[in-house]
Amino acid sequence: MAELTYRDAVAAGIAQEMARDERVVFLGEDVAHAGGVFKATVGLLEKFGPKRVRDCPISEQAILGAAMGAAMTGLRPIAEIMFSDFLAVCWDIVANEIAKMRYMTNGQITLPLVIRTANGAGSRFGAQHSQSVENWAMAVPGIKVVAPAFPADVKGLLAAAVRDPDPVLFFEQKSLYAMKGDVPDGEYVDVLGEAKVLREGRDCTVVALAAMVHRSLAAAEILEKEHGISCTVVDVRSLVPLDTQTILSEVVKTGRLVTVEENPRLCGWGAEIASIVADECFWDLDGPIVRITTPHVPLPSADELEDNTIPSVDRIVKTIREKVD
Amino acid sequence: MDTKAKSKKAGAADKEIGRETRLELFRLQVELRYCEKRAYDLFLQNLIKGTSHLSLGQEAIAAAFGVAMRPDDWTFCTYRGHAHTLARGASMAGVLGELMGRQCGLLGGKGGSMHLTDVKKGAMGSYAIIGAHLPVAAGAAWSAQYRGTEQVAVCFFGDGTTNIGAFHEALNFAAVWKLPVIFVCENNLYMEYTPISAVTAVKHPAADRASAYGLESIVLDGNDADEVYRTAVQYMTRARKGGGPALIEAVTYRHSGHSRADPAKYRPEGELEKWLERDPVKVYRERLLGLGFTEGTLKDIEDGTMRKVEEATAIAKASPLPSVGDIEKNVWADGGAAWRN
Repeated sequence: MAELTYRDAVAAGIAQEMARDERVVFLGEDVAHAGGVFKATVGLLEKFGPKRVRDCPISEQAILGAAMGAAMTGLRPIAEIMFSDFLAVCWDIVANEIAKMRYMTNGQITLPLVIRTANGAGSRFGAQHSQSVENWAMAVPGIKVVAPAFPADVKGLLAAAVRDPDPVLFFEQKSLYAMKGDVPDGEYVDVLGEAKVLREGRDCTVVALAAMVHRSLAAAEILEKEHGISCTVVDVRSLVPLDTQTILSEVVKTGRLVTVEENPRLCGWGAEIASIVADECFWDLDGPIVRITTPHVPLPSADELEDNTIPSVDRIVKTIREKVD
Repeated sequence: MDTKAKSKKAGAADKEIGRETRLELFRLQVELRYCEKRAYDLFLQNLIKGTSHLSLGQEAIAAAFGVAMRPDDWTFCTYRGHAHTLARGASMAGVLGELMGRQCGLLGGKGGSMHLTDVKKGAMGSYAIIGAHLPVAAGAAWSAQYRGTEQVAVCFFGDGTTNIGAFHEALNFAAVWKLPVIFVCENNLYMEYTPISAVTAVKHPAADRASAYGLESIVLDGNDADEVYRTAVQYMTRARKGGGPALIEAVTYRHSGHSRADPAKYRPEGELEKWLERDPVKVYRERLLGLGFTEGTLKDIEDGTMRKVEEATAIAKASPLPSVGDIEKNVWADGGAAWRN
């Protein structure tokens, strides 16, 4: 085990796969010479050269279109979209082209590619550089959607995404880039579509993603110590494919479900999980399902406003005390 | 139309096009014409649903590139892509079957008219969102460049595409990376129902933008299969050798409306008639007769092609409907559609 930051785990994951497979190429804005605006891809250019690690113009449609064209003709590209908000300017390529191509061609075209992007709030960047947009992706059939919370998961899930034969949208939480954690040495590949139970409790099952996993863990600690409420915390890790079996079995054990989402309220991924739980284990529930989300507003920028928009540890504790206790 | 005056002297322009090649250019244009007409007839019989965008009048471009391309080159085309897909050798029954929503369709009924694809023939998809496939073609060209295969990607699109962002992103990207991709603008003078001149700041929607990306301005007569063929060979050869992309504007005219729903009443009186005189298939036939090909030779090609269309139609009509069980197949590479366990 080595201790790596979340951002170093990105580079480690890409490097592992590029060293293994010459078909893996990497492109994006400021990713090569500058090493990425979040410094998540430092050293890749030096290690793999300008033929495989390429800087692009500010042309998101060209970047993802190129990744798609390369993937359908034998390469396994990793493309970076600097901020996930920018997916909106190339959403046609993601939602109409990449996601649908295999189905529309009845399986003639397969697209083994990864789109990495920095997602989420915490940096006071305002409404166009702080969104959590994994819900957009989850709504489109044909793309896998992954959002790791820990450095080890970054490396392992990124490697799994590169090896996956289908397109994967890989959401890196930008407020976690500096976070440190143990990452297995040597070749490390995880599995897409497996949620992880990070803490086991008796009273309530909290299901969270990315940055909200850490806040949920912190909240669970407080709830246990200060209020005697014992929470299970499940890190979803992958929205598509979705590990409903782990979620359902953990909800059945406690009889309560709380989702913690960084996204605006409407059509958040937690709503889909709530729907599945209501459909499939309603009679095991001891009370209403609770969704903790961002209010349905664009994300404000000031410290005071952003901190009170995104679910905080305090809000998670307070909500669970009110609704679950 | 001053396309003749503005057209570039192609490097290979003065070389004689071989007799076999000329016959193939004729045959392919006839095939594209006959099959497209058949598609129209099948619409009128209500055997083809949805929409469809016909290439009647524009066959010379798809045919000339089809003949000029290597089997391992890649075609990317638009929703008006029946001709470009057939021109790569895709099964005609597969094309008509797809239009008719039959099991024998190229896409098993999942794509329809606007998404014809035959990867084994290098037809890498028909894209129904304007401009989307230009960067995708650039990506395929990048793959060829990366692997050193000397393959070329050819990307067809209409004049209307030159006003969407993806066109400009792709052109710049391909030029900066010197990618082996040929962008072919089929300027048929109308952006759907609107004259392209009414919505474009320059006279030649593609060629007049070329200089912005360091590319040559190339305008040619898109109704002259020989001219398109020579230009295709010239720029594809250059691209294979690392000379980078080209943007070719081929001026042409569609004989029918934009889509099935469009009777094309917006066209000024006499315009269609003027262009029908320059019908590429008719013009090419006359040229071949002038070059000493016999009426019998050409008639044989036409008759043989009509038989091919009849056979393809019969196969498509006889093909069963797709299975409902196919709906949840082929979202993922494992062949399924599961999003959860």
